Amino acid sequence: MKTNQNSRRDFLATSLVAGAALAGCATKNPFTAEEIPDVKPSGEMVKLLSVDGEIIEVDKAFLKPVPELPSVMNTEAREGITGKKFVMVIDLSRCKSVKKCQTACNHMHHIHPGQNWIKVYPMQEAEHTAPYWQPTTCMHCDEPPCVKVCPVDATFKRKDGIVLIDSDRCVGCRFCMAACPYSTRVFNWEEPKIEKEISDKPYSCETSVPQKKGTVGKCDFCPDMVRQGNLPHCVSACPNGVFMFGDILEDTVTNGAETFRFSDLIKDKAGYRLMEDLGTKPSVYYLPPVNRNFPFENKADVEEPKKG
Amino acid sequence: MDKLKENKIVEDLFPQKFGKQGTIWVISLSIICAIGLFAYGRQLYYGLEVTAMRDYVSWGIYISNFVFFVAISLVGSLITAVLRLTDVKWSTPLTRIAEIIAVSAITFASLIIIVDMGRPERFYNLFLHGRLQSPIIWDVIVITTYFIISLLLLYFPLLPDLKILIAFKERNGKWLQKLYVFLGSFWKNKPEQFKITDKAINILAIAIIPVAFSIHTVTSWLFATTYRPGWDSTNFGAYFISGAFLVGAGGVVVAMYVFRQHYKLEKYITEDHFDRMGKVLVMLALLYLYFNVNEFLVPAFKMKKSEEEHLLGLFTGEFAPIFWFAIFTAMFIPIFILLFKKGRRPLPAFIAGILVVVGSWFKRFLIVTPTLLHPFLPMHDVPANYHHYFPTWEEWAIAGGSLAGALLVITFFARIFPIIPIHETIIETESLENEKHF
Repeated sequence: MKTNQNSRRDFLATSLVAGAALAGCATKNPFTAEEIPDVKPSGEMVKLLSVDGEIIEVDKAFLKPVPELPSVMNTEAREGITGKKFVMVIDLSRCKSVKKCQTACNHMHHIHPGQNWIKVYPMQEAEHTAPYWQPTTCMHCDEPPCVKVCPVDATFKRKDGIVLIDSDRCVGCRFCMAACPYSTRVFNWEEPKIEKEISDKPYSCETSVPQKKGTVGKCDFCPDMVRQGNLPHCVSACPNGVFMFGDILEDTVTNGAETFRFSDLIKDKAGYRLMEDLGTKPSVYYLPPVNRNFPFENKADVEEPKKG
Repeated sequence: MDKLKENKIVEDLFPQKFGKQGTIWVISLSIICAIGLFAYGRQLYYGLEVTAMRDYVSWGIYISNFVFFVAISLVGSLITAVLRLTDVKWSTPLTRIAEIIAVSAITFASLIIIVDMGRPERFYNLFLHGRLQSPIIWDVIVITTYFIISLLLLYFPLLPDLKILIAFKERNGKWLQKLYVFLGSFWKNKPEQFKITDKAINILAIAIIPVAFSIHTVTSWLFATTYRPGWDSTNFGAYFISGAFLVGAGGVVVAMYVFRQHYKLEKYITEDHFDRMGKVLVMLALLYLYFNVNEFLVPAFKMKKSEEEHLLGLFTGEFAPIFWFAIFTAMFIPIFILLFKKGRRPLPAFIAGILVVVGSWFKRFLIVTPTLLHPFLPMHDVPANYHHYFPTWEEWAIAGGSLAGALLVITFFARIFPIIPIHETIIETESLENEKHF
């Protein structure tokens, strides 16, 4: 399979341009080159990568931080991003159960301590088959059993394939938790233990922050990151490149360092989905643990690798 | 029929004030309810964390109580509708008992469901944003319908009795008299009025049967529409309904005995009634046993991987004691007692009824929790207490409070209204006498 060496440059370049555009477009016409009158050059120079891939030096005083984008409105959050259908590929041959994915997800979503939206299961289908680690996110199914049973449309499937939860509408009946065969949903049994600044933030379905007492939570494929052209936190956090995220319509997935053609990847490496026979049509594909990078070591002796 | 006989019937069936036993009963139930309310206050403040439910066992005894209540409430349709429509006469004294059990049970089913919600203050979302494709919304619709029909089937036959009650102004006291007048002063025993209510009761009795089948079928679908082992069964609708008729009939036998003993109603709830209800009960228990065989033996024959852990957990594992206790107390022992004529006498039938009700409560628990402890993927990356479930004191208090509340409603109903229809009893005694003369 081919890797695209320019992908990282494209990412950085795009975000720089986006940042500069945002920084500049607050009050001014972005298409005219104007002097910024009030800012005096500080003398301190910063090395940056230009759009053309050249190293340039810019005075630090001319740089403005990218403002945090406000969350989208609830109606738009329910619709989704046009023209995309997100998909994730998890390469089981690379997973060592480092659990940086779990740590990053828990941290960035300010999840109640003890709960995890990503679970890394020790799996072994049968007595003679290989044990392996299986990081499991929400499958964002195309036939989501959770969405089918929600009585108040608090969990819904968007046109970009992402299944989200609206914690402002959820009544806490937990039918979705009973319906999900992947055991991916967690419930806020008490007031989530998070700092006041986080709990005071305005809630958005796309950030899923702050989590609310008496409602359900789960992996959301980080739509707030994706809207900005970034990857979900688990994808960026994994040091072994296990998670790959992308767009099935573009037929591309990437783990930040490598990019693959999704259909080729699945075909070449015999990708599969969990519990295919249930008909849920998950959006998460797994690459089997063949030619493993690390041997399987389960440090928890009490925990036997369980069947799938 | 001479006035003397009629007066005797009225005197026997007139609602009586609470004696010493009654007062102790009411106070005990009220204390249990009060503790339940206090526990619920804690739950509202701290969240559902005060229960033992966690991410795996996300449904616990609140839901099994809900299923239990919906099951018991089916008895209204069984006795009032099915037996009435098949022109069975012996069940007449039991219709009001059955209906108040039904109304009380379905009310507390709705209350316990609200208790189970993580955000009860958002209950209106079910109506503002309700999605018709969700089995929960189907349940809300059919349960509301059943409640209304049951309430009407309680009210319409009560009207002639209200007229009798209103006549005893001195005996009733101020508030009860006001209540009776408010509810039924327009009733004059006119033939036109009877024509309307008789027709209404007939229509409702027919309508309630499909609704009754719906409430418990839809409740079973809260489980059967999921993939989980133990729930993913095509058998669930019929299995639940047969269980519902069983526990409802058991409840009626218990209530029959208690009211008979307490209010000295031996002439109206006779030994013959116990014999017949005993036969109904044993038939229903055998039917439920049949469905249990289908539900457990067939998957056990195959032992599919996903179901293996669940089934072994029930038959020989951690849930085995509860499972076999439930099977024996809800089915085997009552069947054994009631198959014999001696067993269908009031006291043994009462014991069988109690066993059925208790066993059925545990059966409902076994339907909800064990499946949740056997998910498809291993239980992992969760705190240790997520691997088990034993209800906390708050859960017991709230569940107990709901049961006590249901019993209180039935008790107060029997205090306020005649628990055996006076007017219908008079009519039937009259027609029996006329039959004898010819």
